[in-house]
Amino acid sequence: MSQALFWLFSTIMLIGACAVIAFRNPVSSAMAMVTSFVGLAALFIGLSAFFVGMIQILVYSGAIMVLFLFIIMLLDLKEETKRATNGAPLFAGLALVVVFFIQFIGVLGHKLPNQSAPELNKETLAAAATQFPADGKITGALNNGKLPDVHLIGHTLFTEYNLPLQILGVLLLVATVGVVVLSKKSSASENTPS
Amino acid sequence: MPEILITLAIIIVKVITFTFVVVLPLVPLSVYFERRFSAIIQDRVGPNRVGIPFTLLGMKKDFHLFGLIQPIADGLKLFLKEDFTPDHVRKAFYWLAPALTVVPALITVCVIPFGPDVTLFGYTEKLVIADIDVGPLFIFAISSLTVYGITIAGWASNSKFPFIGGVRSTAQMISYEICLGLSIIPVLLYYGDLNLSNIVNEQAKNGWLLLPFWTDGKLSLPSAEAALFLIPAIIAFLIFTISIFAETNRMPFDLPECETELVGGYHTEYSSMKFAMFFMGEYAAMVIGSALIITLFLGGWSLGFGFDQAIANFSIGDFQIGGFIHIGVFLAKLIAFILFFILVRWTVPRFRYDQLMKLGWVIFFEAALINVFLAALIIAAPEFKTTIIASGSVILVAVTAAIIWVAKVSEPPAKILRA
Repeated sequence: MSQALFWLFSTIMLIGACAVIAFRNPVSSAMAMVTSFVGLAALFIGLSAFFVGMIQILVYSGAIMVLFLFIIMLLDLKEETKRATNGAPLFAGLALVVVFFIQFIGVLGHKLPNQSAPELNKETLAAAATQFPADGKITGALNNGKLPDVHLIGHTLFTEYNLPLQILGVLLLVATVGVVVLSKKSSASENTPS
Repeated sequence: MPEILITLAIIIVKVITFTFVVVLPLVPLSVYFERRFSAIIQDRVGPNRVGIPFTLLGMKKDFHLFGLIQPIADGLKLFLKEDFTPDHVRKAFYWLAPALTVVPALITVCVIPFGPDVTLFGYTEKLVIADIDVGPLFIFAISSLTVYGITIAGWASNSKFPFIGGVRSTAQMISYEICLGLSIIPVLLYYGDLNLSNIVNEQAKNGWLLLPFWTDGKLSLPSAEAALFLIPAIIAFLIFTISIFAETNRMPFDLPECETELVGGYHTEYSSMKFAMFFMGEYAAMVIGSALIITLFLGGWSLGFGFDQAIANFSIGDFQIGGFIHIGVFLAKLIAFILFFILVRWTVPRFRYDQLMKLGWVIFFEAALINVFLAALIIAAPEFKTTIIASGSVILVAVTAAIIWVAKVSEPPAKILRA
């Protein structure tokens, strides 16, 4: 069942990704990218990472791509005209593909140790529960045979990666302030009478 | 073999019942409510004639049924109208857009808990289609895809006013999604859970978030924490409800389709059933929005005041069917909230676009952020020393004052209008 769904959604994702570069109309390309993102989110959900999948849709499909579409429509980009095929870029692209393919064969040629992730059944989850505080929500959910992915992500972020998280927050704040300063400056210089 | 077939059959029955028997009929019903209620507000009569036409059968009088058949007549009219596709549109997107507005709204039905467990023929089932642990996030994520429908409709129509409507809706919906997401963080902090069924169960047991007057199913005064938490809860409720109005393009914020400025907004070029699908999408989004507000703040399916345990144990023979009474309670609350939506639409005048953006970015965004810290302080207070709580509240007050001051200073001085 889940195997079939994996193939279905990865096909949707790949078709979307190919369509992004195949379409000549920028709006079509943007919509194809949204399709690809939704397929990717479904793959995350197939891995029991509900939170990551939902955030993928919420942030990328729901916000970032909408802004892309907004810009494309406001600029009113015309359909890309077919360029004459140029020798050098074509050759470079082919060379990249060949290099990538050789690397791919090299990786596949190595005999990988046959490691598979443990199955998410009751025993492994209950065994994992011992790493967490005994009276917390995570332990309770794990002992009930459920994977509390939201709580696990939160726990990891706020214990192991607390400092990087704070630094990231400051970094985003700096970026926001920078955008405001830049936009204020340009609009102020336009408005001043010369 | 039979085990998986039974599971599959239960899922399909649930999907069909909740989506197409419970929520979808609410859409024409709320259109009917809208017309009758607006008529009452404006001292008119409203549609009250369409009923069973007994006069066609040679009888003296029609049976009018208070006009309840009106939505069916409306639907029939929209089905039978000519489906006209103008020459200048971008065909593929023009056809895609109506579907993109309806489908996400109906998909989000699947995480709304309509009732607690019911036991039928020995099977205990939850009255929710997908009991996933990221309920509110799922609704936000999927309903954020609705914006594509409106934007694409505006762009594909390839004419001026629909395009302005589409661009307006993009900016509006993205801005208010942020307020929507930030405003419910206090609620999620309080329950420590993202599963809507668990949130409602908790509310049925220990009091609704906005009405915490019973604990463990017995009437009692709220604990100090629950009473204090009413402050952030009410702020969150206000921000969330008003943002839902903006997110569903309902009246005080219906700028993407305001008739007085943009002819019909993004659906100007649409006719017949394609237009009806935009209409349905808007009302379905309103129904889901009301359901989410009820679920998070007003106890979902629970009747409250200590009656829930008695209803849950209600059974006929082996069938524990108390859950179906809870569905009734949920639908009653839902219809009451839809009537509130309609009341607001017909009493509050439309916002100007800059006012809308200011409300979203300057007032709600900051208020929601401060609200998150206030809620965190109240929840964490029992575990801290008095000095830490005091310094925390001082910092909170100082930050609030600073934000209000900055907002006041950065506001451009009002222009003096001269005749």
